[in-house]
Amino acid sequence: MTPNEFLELIAPFKDRVYRLAKRLLRSTEEAEDATQEVLLKLWTHKRKIKDYKNVAAFSMTMTKNFCYDKLKSKQAQHLKIADTDYEEKNMPLQRQIELNDSINWVERIIAELPEQQRIIIQLRDVEGYDFKAIAQLLELNPTAVRVALSRARKKIRIRLTEIHNYGIT
Amino acid sequence: MALHEIERLIEAYEKGETNLREEEVLKRYFSKEDVAAHLKMYQPMFQYYSENRAEQFTRKLPLTTPFRYKWLSVAAVLAIAFGIYTTKRPMGCQEDIVGTFCKPEEALKEVSQTLMVISNLFNKGTATVNYLEPLNEGTAMLNYLNEIEKSTAIIFKTNP
Repeated sequence: MTPNEFLELIAPFKDRVYRLAKRLLRSTEEAEDATQEVLLKLWTHKRKIKDYKNVAAFSMTMTKNFCYDKLKSKQAQHLKIADTDYEEKNMPLQRQIELNDSINWVERIIAELPEQQRIIIQLRDVEGYDFKAIAQLLELNPTAVRVALSRARKKIRIRLTEIHNYGIT
Repeated sequence: MALHEIERLIEAYEKGETNLREEEVLKRYFSKEDVAAHLKMYQPMFQYYSENRAEQFTRKLPLTTPFRYKWLSVAAVLAIAFGIYTTKRPMGCQEDIVGTFCKPEEALKEVSQTLMVISNLFNKGTATVNYLEPLNEGTAMLNYLNEIEKSTAIIFKTNP
């Protein structure tokens, strides 16, 4: 397989892999590193690619596992993720201006959700996966996915309503 | 799409009971400017979802083919073979090196001449060795001493 053929193969899902990594790692830089890692792993095993029925689904699972490991090792080291630093006090002016942009708020709200809910929101509401595909990727049953999704949507709605009302009054 | 229908979908949406097509309807509704005031807070959410989908991975992947060591060994063998081939057989004949001849006849003449000189010197050496002959005679004379030994042995009966 030539590099060009490989790039063609990954073109339909490489952005999806990147977005999932970014949703989990909450950092553009780290998400890019993770995506590169996953895609290069795929490249080194390119001879086995034919054996996988669904390369896209396989890559998404790989990304999920990779990001989980990354997050776990970070927790073990007691490192604080700079990008989750969404405290509202003493924010620089630049940050405050950004916050006026309500779309940015949505990203922050999702970032506060637990990992699993973040994945589910990403896969369902952004990528448009059906419950079966999400359940397979997360090794859950579809009902559990539905419950977690409902919880996440509710939390987002509550936070959005708070911010919305704050803006009005 | 009627407002009450959107409200119903929103409610089902929160319970996780909408299908992908219905969620698409919601996304389309909230992408428009005129959204009902009491649903306004959902607008950034659905807009964000649509926007996020467009985010791309732009980093260039460093795709390199793994180095083939198999061919490296073949190349090494070829290089060594070529090296031996070129050093073992010099391209021209250099007469200026001592003891080197380009014509075989010349070499043969020189070698036979040298061997002649060596054999002459060799003969000189053997001529001097001839003086050793009287020495041999002397040792032959000494053999008579053995006879004396025999007789003394008889006298003293050392050898029964």
